[in-house]
Amino acid sequence: MRYLLNGHSLNLVPELCNGCCRCEEVCPHGVFSLVQRKAEIVNRDGCMECGACRMNCATNAISVISGVGCAQLVINSMRRKNGAGVPCECK
Amino acid sequence: MNQGRCECGDKPQGDSTQATEQSARVTGTLNTTITWRDVLGGWGVRWGFRRMRYLIAPGLYRIGQPDSNSPVLVTANYKLTVDAVRRSLIGLNVWMLVLDTKGVNVWCAAGKGTFGTKELVRRIEVTNLANFVQHRRLVLPQLGAVGVAAHDVKNATGFFVHYGPVRAADISAYLAAGMRATPAMRRVTFDWKDRLTVAPMEIAGAFKPTLIIIATLALVDIIRHHRVTSHLAIDVAPFLAAVLTGGLLVPLLLPWLPSRSFALKGAVTGLLLAALLLLFLPMRIAEGAGTILLVLAITTYMAMVFTGATTFTSLAGVRVEVRWALPLILVSAGAGAILRVAGVLI
Repeated sequence: MRYLLNGHSLNLVPELCNGCCRCEEVCPHGVFSLVQRKAEIVNRDGCMECGACRMNCATNAISVISGVGCAQLVINSMRRKNGAGVPCECK
Repeated sequence: MNQGRCECGDKPQGDSTQATEQSARVTGTLNTTITWRDVLGGWGVRWGFRRMRYLIAPGLYRIGQPDSNSPVLVTANYKLTVDAVRRSLIGLNVWMLVLDTKGVNVWCAAGKGTFGTKELVRRIEVTNLANFVQHRRLVLPQLGAVGVAAHDVKNATGFFVHYGPVRAADISAYLAAGMRATPAMRRVTFDWKDRLTVAPMEIAGAFKPTLIIIATLALVDIIRHHRVTSHLAIDVAPFLAAVLTGGLLVPLLLPWLPSRSFALKGAVTGLLLAALLLLFLPMRIAEGAGTILLVLAITTYMAMVFTGATTFTSLAGVRVEVRWALPLILVSAGAGAILRVAGVLI
């Protein structure tokens, strides 16, 4: 299944990649693949912007604006005047 | 995969003089049997009962009789999570390092940062893990990677993080293969069983609003007839149907409903329900229009909120969806409520 705007903010700078494979290891949607010891984005549309790849990229080759794709959380933060930083009430 | 590469720091560090101190720091032993109480508790939390208090104490646990060469598995302290892990470890001897995630599952806790680098490093130190095992390897659930930076853990503690499979059920196969995950073990899925498992939480979330609707309809009934009549059941039926449609039918039919937008999926399903209601329930014009607007608002809202239970929706997409759908839902609900009540009273 696919969703709106998936992979929109995901960016990879191949020159910074050290070929460690972590992005391929942590991505739950198979977005990355290693081609000749360099990471490549092979399935951008599958990206849900969870941020696991950026978190585990030791050379900061990956950037992505990550967050939890939950409408209830978005609505809750809209209701608070100060906006961001509303804690999720889920399990 | 690079997992075999970084085996440095594998030198034994514990010695026998620390043995008594060591055993004092093991939090406990977990067995791999799931009892009827575990099953019952699992059902309860999925319906929202005691959900935020379903947890175990963080710390280092034994499964079987682990020794200094046994693998160390890391997990969250949500009891449903711990149950899923331990039931998959029948016959194995492993250490289980349970992080303090405030009773929240791995993926959600990682998103909030409670299943994170800081807590992992702290828990390794507090439990004195380095004295229990000779190796320096940890197996983390893959979905914990959202909150954990493996290279920072290595720098801070000397432990190398292996990301294991997404699902606990694959752990023993992963360990047996020498800590190697197949591509299938690395993918998050969301099949009909997964969708059915998370659906009760959505329906439970609609409990209070549904009660308010029933109370309002009962009040209208009393104003008209000075008592609650049997017609109330017919009045309530469309709204119960809407809650079940938004909370159960939409999740089940998710892949086959048109559009990538959850709100649209909910609106389409709501329209189908509305058509059925008009066919089978006799309603006056204002009453019928009000009911349909309310039904549409309910199914669209519930479908949209289901984004939070899925495994593939992004924050950017949800923001777009909420921005256009929420005003429509509110207008539809407001107009629907006025028409539904006024249509009967006037």
